[in-house]
Amino acid sequence: MIRFLLNSVEQLIEDLDPNTTVLDYLRLHLRRTGTKEGCASGDCGACTVVLAEAREDQLRYSAINACITPIGNLHGKQLITVEDLKQGAVLHPVQQAMVDCHGSQCGFCTPGFVMSMFAYRKTHAAPDRESLLEALGGNLCRCTGYRPIVDAGMQMYEADTGDSFDASADAVLNTLKSIDSNTDEVFLSGNHKSYFAPRSLAHLASALLENPEARLVAGATDLALEMTQGLEEIDTLLYPGLVPELQTVRDTGTALEIGAAVTYSQFSSQLCAEYPEMAELIERLGSLQIRNQGTLGGNIGNASPIGDMAPALIAIGADLVLRRGDAVRVVAVEDYFVSYLVTVLQVGEFIERIIVPKARAGEIFKVYKVSKRWEDDISAVCGAFRLRVVDGKVAGVAIAFGGMAEIPKRAHHCEQAMLGQAWAESSITPAMAALAQDFTPISDFRASADYRMQVAGNLLQRLFLETQPGAATVRVRLYA
Amino acid sequence: MRSLPSVSVREATGPTGSPGQPLKHESAHKHVSGEAIYTDDHVAPPDVLHAYPGLSSVAHGKLVKLDLESVRRAPGVIDILTLADVPGQTDIGPVYPGDPIMVNERVEFWGQVLFVVAATSYDSARRAARLAVVEYDTLPADLTIEQGLAKQSLVRPSHIQRRGDAECAIREAPLTLEGEIRSGGQEHMYLEGQASLCIPQEDGGMYVYTSSQHPTEGQKLVAQVLGIAMGLVTVEVRRMGGAFGGKETHANQWACLAALLARKTGRAVKLRLARADDMTATGKRHHFMSKYRVGFDRNGQIHGLDLSLSGGCGMSPDLSDAIVDRAMFHADNAYFLPAAHIEGHRVKTHTVSNTAFRGFGGPQGMLAIENIIEHIATTTGLDALEVRKRNFYRAEDGRDITHYGQKIEQHLIAPLVERLERSSGYQQRRQSIQEFNVGSPVLKRGLSLTPVKFGISFTVQHLNQAGALIHVYTDGSIQLNHGGTEMGQGLYTKVAQVVAQELQVDLESITCTATRTDKVPNTSPTAASAGSDLNGMAARDAANKIKTRLIEFAAGHFGVAAGRVRFHSNRVSVGEREFSFAELVQMAYVQRIPLSATGYYSTPKIYYDRDKASGRPFYYFAYGAAVSEVVIDTLTGEYKVLRVDICHDVGRSLNPAVDIGQVEGGFVQGMGWLTTEELVWGKDGRLETTNAASYKIPAVGDTPADFRVELLPDSPNVEATVFHSKAVGEPPLMLGISVWCALRNAIASVASHRLSPVLDAPATPERVLNACTDLRRRDCS
Repeated sequence: MIRFLLNSVEQLIEDLDPNTTVLDYLRLHLRRTGTKEGCASGDCGACTVVLAEAREDQLRYSAINACITPIGNLHGKQLITVEDLKQGAVLHPVQQAMVDCHGSQCGFCTPGFVMSMFAYRKTHAAPDRESLLEALGGNLCRCTGYRPIVDAGMQMYEADTGDSFDASADAVLNTLKSIDSNTDEVFLSGNHKSYFAPRSLAHLASALLENPEARLVAGATDLALEMTQGLEEIDTLLYPGLVPELQTVRDTGTALEIGAAVTYSQFSSQLCAEYPEMAELIERLGSLQIRNQGTLGGNIGNASPIGDMAPALIAIGADLVLRRGDAVRVVAVEDYFVSYLVTVLQVGEFIERIIVPKARAGEIFKVYKVSKRWEDDISAVCGAFRLRVVDGKVAGVAIAFGGMAEIPKRAHHCEQAMLGQAWAESSITPAMAALAQDFTPISDFRASADYRMQVAGNLLQRLFLETQPGAATVRVRLYA
Repeated sequence: MRSLPSVSVREATGPTGSPGQPLKHESAHKHVSGEAIYTDDHVAPPDVLHAYPGLSSVAHGKLVKLDLESVRRAPGVIDILTLADVPGQTDIGPVYPGDPIMVNERVEFWGQVLFVVAATSYDSARRAARLAVVEYDTLPADLTIEQGLAKQSLVRPSHIQRRGDAECAIREAPLTLEGEIRSGGQEHMYLEGQASLCIPQEDGGMYVYTSSQHPTEGQKLVAQVLGIAMGLVTVEVRRMGGAFGGKETHANQWACLAALLARKTGRAVKLRLARADDMTATGKRHHFMSKYRVGFDRNGQIHGLDLSLSGGCGMSPDLSDAIVDRAMFHADNAYFLPAAHIEGHRVKTHTVSNTAFRGFGGPQGMLAIENIIEHIATTTGLDALEVRKRNFYRAEDGRDITHYGQKIEQHLIAPLVERLERSSGYQQRRQSIQEFNVGSPVLKRGLSLTPVKFGISFTVQHLNQAGALIHVYTDGSIQLNHGGTEMGQGLYTKVAQVVAQELQVDLESITCTATRTDKVPNTSPTAASAGSDLNGMAARDAANKIKTRLIEFAAGHFGVAAGRVRFHSNRVSVGEREFSFAELVQMAYVQRIPLSATGYYSTPKIYYDRDKASGRPFYYFAYGAAVSEVVIDTLTGEYKVLRVDICHDVGRSLNPAVDIGQVEGGFVQGMGWLTTEELVWGKDGRLETTNAASYKIPAVGDTPADFRVELLPDSPNVEATVFHSKAVGEPPLMLGISVWCALRNAIASVASHRLSPVLDAPATPERVLNACTDLRRRDCS
């Protein structure tokens, strides 16, 4: 069975199709219709709900998209929906601020915004515009133009009072801990489908060997689309999120070893401390709701040609630790991708952790994402660059692009054109030209092939300009 | 009820809620708590069925086989609806025929409904709908305006507006230019998708909950497809989760299909489209192609304009006649055209029928002329703002008649623009931007001020009418109903404020009830920005009827002159006596005075003679202007809007908070249309951008960090509109054109403003980069 708190009431579920999303569970099974379906693909935020988890003796709140979260992923957590905020006739400070600032028009996106703002208020002692925008980047509103919503986000702190969730936090924490300490199997089945969450690495590995057709579901931010858009019914779901080794980030001194099931929100601060340039990329990867659920293992595992982490990890020279049963092998991220959606992963094999070498002194690392929209968009082109310049010459270079081929890929010809050359404007032009030997991008609704080629080359120019001492910014977002 | 409800004898405060106050939306507290009910949230009867359509997968072809056996055998399936099952009319074209409710032999767009399946769950219905075996004889499909125009394939005849001899004026002008520009369509992306719930009634009737801007049309069409009288159908709409024109006609089909299955199965049926199917199967804003020749002088003043506007209509007329007309009506924007020849073509393509979208063709017409103004500015070397000012309508020199013969009576644009130019620091910023651009090879800034003049009224005259219904109960509480629908624009709030003002009662005592065709009949769509103008006046009329009866009663009952009965602050003074509103109402009830009234309004003064292409189609004009500043990256085409200043005319505002919400939201939506919102179709006619992941509406970070919005003060409507307010729904969308012009301005700096960039809309980063590349190339050659 799975156990979780629906606000303050413990739910025990044994018999339910594990393909059921949290959104459908709320709307269809519980008839809690405050949470809305806008897109059923994690792109609009209308279904945003908040999860509280026990972390280091505290409750950690995070906003997620209910529409792409399988019900089993609620195990051991507290689920808070928009209906839970109001106490009697009194609106929660978040809700009151939205009313006072005229933050709703049609009101359909509003519950999702309220929940994102609620999570923000629970995780930030005071508001700042930048982080608030980041927290709301995954909630679309078609009516207001957002200004009053942002105002409400700033104003919701004026009622400097605790809320019912503060008052019940200890009790909730205790319940979640007791669920966690119970060693019963976390298992859900219904409609001839099953969901299983092993608690050890060995158990996960053997389960996957025994059920090679099972699908690993971590954050589900990609897999769930097969259910809600493709209408596929998945027979066996394996959740790796309870395996301790997959849930930790380890600093080995020379590298960060990131467990495959660690969410972006959990690992990003450590990774960005090492590679500050990653901060913008991760901030723009999906939305906060997605980053609260999505994992590095998932992003690499699904082998998307436009997954944003892959080019960066390839340029950095990261490795993957793959496990199949007891057998473990290490594969460079660069070598992991074979062809469109095909990887070196064998049946029964999975990504255990990602080894990200630490930044090396004297090296420049940059990653640039270009998309139609700044927030929550998929790259037209994503370029990552690691460069070592010694005595004015390029002594080492690794360049990888996403969006330029059927897989995330190194730009070997471009690198060769640069290697040993002076790091000067004159050597950029041949390097740009060499990209034509590396890539033959396609045209699709995100961008044309010509644009992709041109931008890929121009990003080299940007790299050059940004590495010049005292250069003014050449990025619009940094310009103000 | 025998005893009357007890009421407090004296209510100390109030009234709260009269017009002019920035009151909260009437449903705000329900929006934030999740208590507001949308169509899919209604508690449906326990045996409700879920309907889902099967959609075509060719753009144009003959349907040769539709095998539904696997659909019928799929788990949970109860019934299937095909064209043969429709007892009544099968064409649901709202104005002209052309929209078959389901495909009859010929498929005319990818995503057209072939059949509908009803199952016990939403998921089963969706899965089953994908199991049909369908074969087509594929026919060549026209997917672009050019293809349709080349064949003269039109959904409606072209229309021409003429003033003077444009050809001669252009020929004789000192300077001439020609060019063309394309603007893309726009997906409404209402957050709540299309949804209907139909419940069969006795006598073969149908009760319909639907997310629709036009309940009466839904009622009419449901009746027609069922083959029953309109009187047997009731349509209810409490609120929509956004609409923007996308639920004016394109909500009807889903209500009709659900009703047909409800009739066939005898059970309640719900039909809700998943997002990708909603985006594929419902219409969008018309994409346009405009070609122009313009004659002007070195001062930038236009002498003559020859403009051809071609709207991509999709496969059927829908509302395209009026939409292309409105594009033509707005091809002048705020500028006097001494001689003009404006053609409007309604081009047929094998794509989903395009439909109403906030602005209704106006934005497309306006973009065409603003592009021409920019082109003139580059050619003359003048600042575009100067060109704009020199062409504004003005009272002097006979420059106050539009190209369709309407006299401009309120000359607001020049003073409004002057005010904004000053408050935004336009000239100083222009200077500093020029200096910045000279020293910045990669990043370039751009600035633009664009005006908006938007005509208010339905251009179809008979739609300019509205009804309302008010009930006063014996505890003094009031129910308000009118023909307008609430889609977030605050209509219910504004109309309630009007009633609160007329009856001098607290807004809280008024309950806004769901729009229902059995309460107020024969309503017009809530569209054309006319919601509060029409329904506010109708409700005011109803409130006044009740008030008049109460005055007559009180005067007679207490023997005072009618002039000495006064409503104020929840009380009524009758000579020296004073009662609470509720007390007076109870007295009136006991004396058998009717406490319910209908109200009605029709807009005066308007007409348009389409044969002569001349008249006064608009009761009045709403004005506004915006200054936008952007920065672009000439390496990638990425950009950011740095600051926006807006001054907008809403007459005497009924509710400044609601109006500012409309101005800001409209601006951002217009900006989205012209920047990141790109619809992409494949060569096979399939829409490829079918979700929020691939179709990018503005997100929170796209809202300018520095966003200064002002309602033009002290500017009551000169016409006798409700409390001299003005319509606000659509006009602000076109303020977004300032962003497009600012991008164009930044791009032009690449060639030091000597050359005019070619920038089609939406100006995605790719188009911005291409325009920069093109300019650099032309500048070198």
